[in-house]
Amino acid sequence: MASRRMLSGNEAIALGAWEAGTVVGCGYPGTPSTEILEALRTFPDVYTEWSVNEKVALEVGLGASYAGGRTLVTMKHVGVNVAADPLFTAAYTGVNAGLVVVTADDPSMHSSQNEQDNRHYAVAAKVPLLEPSDSAEARTFTRLAFELSEAFDTPVLLRTTTRLSHSKGIVTDVALDVVPERHPVGIRRDPRKYVMVPGNARLRRLEVEARLERLREAVETHPANVVERRSPAVGVITSGVPYTYVREAMPDASVLKLGIVHPLPRRLIEEFAASVDTLYVVEELDPVIETQVKAWGLACHGKDLLPEVGELSPQALRTALLDVAATPLPTAGIAVPPRPPQLCAGCPHGHVFTVLHELDVVVSGDIGCYSLGVLPPYHAMDTLVDMGASLTMAQGMDIVLGTGDRPRVAAVIGDSTFAHSGLTGLLNAVWNKRDGLYIVLDNGTTAMTGTQPNPLSGERMGRENSSALSYRALAAAVGVPPENVAVVDGHDKAAITTAIADLIERPGVKLLAAVSLCVIEAKDLRKVGKYDEKRAWRELELLPSGAGHHA
Amino acid sequence: MPEPLSDVFNVLLVGVGGQGIVLASDILAEAAMHAGLDAKKSEIHGMSQRGGPVFSHVRFGARVHSPVIPLGEAQVLYSLERMELLRWADHAAPDATAVYATTDMLPSGVSAYPDDLDARIADTFPHVVRFDNREMRGKLSPKVRNVALLGAASVLMPLPPDCFDLPLETLTPPGTADVNRAGFALGRQIALAQLAAMGALSAATGA
Repeated sequence: MASRRMLSGNEAIALGAWEAGTVVGCGYPGTPSTEILEALRTFPDVYTEWSVNEKVALEVGLGASYAGGRTLVTMKHVGVNVAADPLFTAAYTGVNAGLVVVTADDPSMHSSQNEQDNRHYAVAAKVPLLEPSDSAEARTFTRLAFELSEAFDTPVLLRTTTRLSHSKGIVTDVALDVVPERHPVGIRRDPRKYVMVPGNARLRRLEVEARLERLREAVETHPANVVERRSPAVGVITSGVPYTYVREAMPDASVLKLGIVHPLPRRLIEEFAASVDTLYVVEELDPVIETQVKAWGLACHGKDLLPEVGELSPQALRTALLDVAATPLPTAGIAVPPRPPQLCAGCPHGHVFTVLHELDVVVSGDIGCYSLGVLPPYHAMDTLVDMGASLTMAQGMDIVLGTGDRPRVAAVIGDSTFAHSGLTGLLNAVWNKRDGLYIVLDNGTTAMTGTQPNPLSGERMGRENSSALSYRALAAAVGVPPENVAVVDGHDKAAITTAIADLIERPGVKLLAAVSLCVIEAKDLRKVGKYDEKRAWRELELLPSGAGHHA
Repeated sequence: MPEPLSDVFNVLLVGVGGQGIVLASDILAEAAMHAGLDAKKSEIHGMSQRGGPVFSHVRFGARVHSPVIPLGEAQVLYSLERMELLRWADHAAPDATAVYATTDMLPSGVSAYPDDLDARIADTFPHVVRFDNREMRGKLSPKVRNVALLGAASVLMPLPPDCFDLPLETLTPPGTADVNRAGFALGRQIALAQLAAMGALSAATGA
C-alpha cells in the first residue's frame, strides 16, 4: 500500500536508505543527525548501532561495505572531523556495496560549538556530495547517493542541515510492504584495492583522480542537477534548503538547482550563466560554489551581498538581494526577558558544579547538557572546545600552570563523551604522570541528543541490555591508584562534596564518577517499564566491586 | 514589499519546552496534508531548548517552498505561554490573530510579568483569542491544553474541521484520542465565541 507521509528530513533519509537496500546503519548521536538512525532502526532487517564515536562508526561502516552490505553512516558536522581519517582513505579504496556518509551541518549553531561548512570535506576528500532541499528530496537523493556510490566505487557524502533534518514535508508513494533489493554479500579479497600501503595507495591515488573526472562528466546530466527556466533577467545557482528560500523570495528567477555540489557541472553552469542577465549564487555559510564559478571566469554576485555567517531565510534574501525590508509588528513596548537554557529541574549534574564553584577550581568542560554549567547559577566552567577535550586540555593547563602554588584544575565530562574520546585522555594523563581531578558526570545516557545508550549505559541501541564499563576496573587497568578513584551517588551532594574535597588534595591522576539517572530518561524508562531495572543496575556501580556484564 | 504567496497559510506555534508544541504542530501539518494541501513544518530541537523557548513553523497551501515563515507573515501566532507570544510578535502578519493561554513560566531571574501584560498583548495584535486557564479549570485537562488551543486556532484556518480527525487519533498518545478530540472541540467553541463577541469573526477568518 503506497501512501503519503509527513516526514522529517532525517526520517526521509532513513526511508531512502532502507529503500536503497541498506543493511547496516551506524553513527554517533549529534544534533541534528540523531533521528536518522533512530528512524532506520524501525525498518525490518536492518542492523543499527550507536558506535563509540564517529571514527569507529565510519570504520564499522566501511568494513560492512567491503563485506557487501550497503551502509549508512550518520554524524553531525563536527563528527566528520573525528571520522575524517578513515573518510579520506576510504576515498582511495572505494567501496564494495554502497556507502553513504551523512554530514548534518548546523548553520546558526542551534546546538553546536562551531559552524563549519562540511561541503569542504567533499572537495578535500575528493568524494561526491549530494544536498537535498526538502524531505521528498532527502529520500530520493539518499537513493541516488547509494547508486552513485556503487556506480563510481566511492563513498558518498550526503549533506543535510538543521533546517532540513528537523523540518517535515510530504513524502509520497511510501510503500513499506516491498522488499528492497540488496547488494550480494561477500568480501572482495583485493589487497591492491583495500590494503593502503604506499605502493598500493599511489595507484589508488591515480584512480581517485580518474574517478573524479568521470564524476565531472556524469554530473553534467545527472537528474539531481536541474535547470528551471523562468525570467532570463535573473538567474540563481543554489542548492539545499536555500533553494526553497530562493523560490519563495524570487519566484520569477531562473534557477540552476544543484543536487550535487561536488563535483560541480562546469558546462551546465557556464550555459546557465550565459542564459541570464544577472547571476547570483545563493548558498549558506562559505562561498564553495561561488569560488569555483568565479574561478571559471564567470561574473556573479554571492557573498558580496549575502552573509557568510548563519542560516539564510526568505527574509535574508529579500533584504540582501531585493533591498526589501521586513515590517515586523511593533510589540507594544514590552522588553521580552531572555529565556536562557538551563539544566532540567532535578538534574544531578548541578551538585558537582555547585561544589566546584565553591572550591574555585579551574574547570575544563566538555560537550553535553552539562556544558550549561557555564551559565548561572553555577558559573562553573572555564573552557569547552570539543568532544573529549576536558581531560586532555586540563592536562595542558596543569603542565603550564606548574606544580607550586597553582590553581587546581578539574575536568568534567559526561559518560557518553568519556567513552567517545575521554578514555584516551585518561590513559595519556596516567602515562605522562600528570596531576588532575577528572569527574565523569555519569547519568547513564547520552542526554543532550535525546537519551541514546552508550558504553556506560548497560544498554545498546534499542534498550537492549549489554555490557557496561566499570570505573574501578578501568582505573586499575590504566594505572590510577585505587585510593585516587571514587564512585559516588550523583544525587548525593554530601557524598560528592566529601569525595571532591578528599581527591583534590591527592597528587596524581584522580577519577571521580558521579553515577545517577537522567531525569529525562527516567520518564522514558517508567513508560517502558525499565526504570527499576536500570536504577538498580546503576546502584550496583556504586558497590566496591563495580559494574560488569549485565546482559 | 512583494505580496506574500497568497495561497500559503502560516501558523507559528511557540511556548516553552515540555508544553506540547511539537505535538500540536505535527497534528496541524498532518491535518493540512489530509486536506489535500502541500504542507511543511520546521522546528529546532537541541541545546537551546533545555528550558528555553520552543517554536514550530507550520505552513500549508497549494505549494509550500520555504519551511520557515518569513518575518511578518504568520497569520496565526499560537502561544502556550504569555510572554513567549511577544517574543515572536515580529513574525506576525499585520492582520494576525494571536491565540494564547494565560500560562506564565517565568524565566530565571524574573519574579513577575507586568500586570498589564494581557492589555499589551491586546494592543499588539489585531485579533486575540485568550485562553484563561482559571476559567478552564474543571472543563479542560491541562494535558490537552495544546490541542485545545489548536482547536481554537483552527477556526482561523482555511481547513475543513474534519481533516483534524485522523491526526488527533493517530498522533496523540494511546488512549487519549477522546479527551484530545473533546479538547479540540472545546477550543473551537471558545474561539468562535470570543471572536464573535469582538465582531472580529469575519475579519479574522476571512469569511
